[in-house]
Amino acid sequence: MTDKTILEKIKAIVTPYVQRKEGLDDFNDQTDFLTDLKINSANLVDVILDVEDEFNIEIDNTSMEGMLTAGDAKRIILAKIEN
Amino acid sequence: MNYNSIISTLPYTKPFLFVDEISYIDKEGCTGTYTFPEDSYFYKGHFKDKPVTPGVILTECMAQIGLVCLGSFLLKSMEQDQIDPGEEIQIALSSTQMDFYIPVYPGEKVKVISRKEYFRFNKLKCSVEMFNKNDELVCRGTIAGMMKI
Repeated sequence: MTDKTILEKIKAIVTPYVQRKEGLDDFNDQTDFLTDLKINSANLVDVILDVEDEFNIEIDNTSMEGMLTAGDAKRIILAKIEN
Repeated sequence: MNYNSIISTLPYTKPFLFVDEISYIDKEGCTGTYTFPEDSYFYKGHFKDKPVTPGVILTECMAQIGLVCLGSFLLKSMEQDQIDPGEEIQIALSSTQMDFYIPVYPGEKVKVISRKEYFRFNKLKCSVEMFNKNDELVCRGTIAGMMKI
């Protein structure tokens, strides 16, 4: 799975939870879930659960805490699916 | 175990405590009851001369029994050794979806049954049902919130 494919899948996962839709126009590694997309903390949990289902991986508390941007999510997903 | 000790951990008091008794609780769900006192303040205005329990109050009752009592139980069983039993939990409602079927009138006793959908990263999501004394379904839905000690 390429970086680009993963980023596109992350974008599709977060879209239903985004409060600031303009944040999706230029979705890239630096896109911050809380500040750029205004996803609330409860919906961030839903994002994590959807990521687990989509990529068939398990995300622990430490990984969750480090998942602030789309790039962070991509790196964590890549590391998990390679294992 | 006395399930009712859970109630003392709740951050509510009258006139906004909507739990009388917890009859069963485990890691997957809980059951509790509440009787709406006939002199509850909201009956004066909902509706004029025709008191019916407001849907938001039914939702609150379901959240307090189904989500907050269960969440309190889950948090305390996770961190049994590390916390002060008098410590109150911090909670925030994050979403509700509710369908209502029949009205609840002043003085009625209701039973709330909740099942855990998941509790991860401090978010608890439950499917919750409320029944009246004839075991008829009053309302049903899902409620989620963030909680920690």
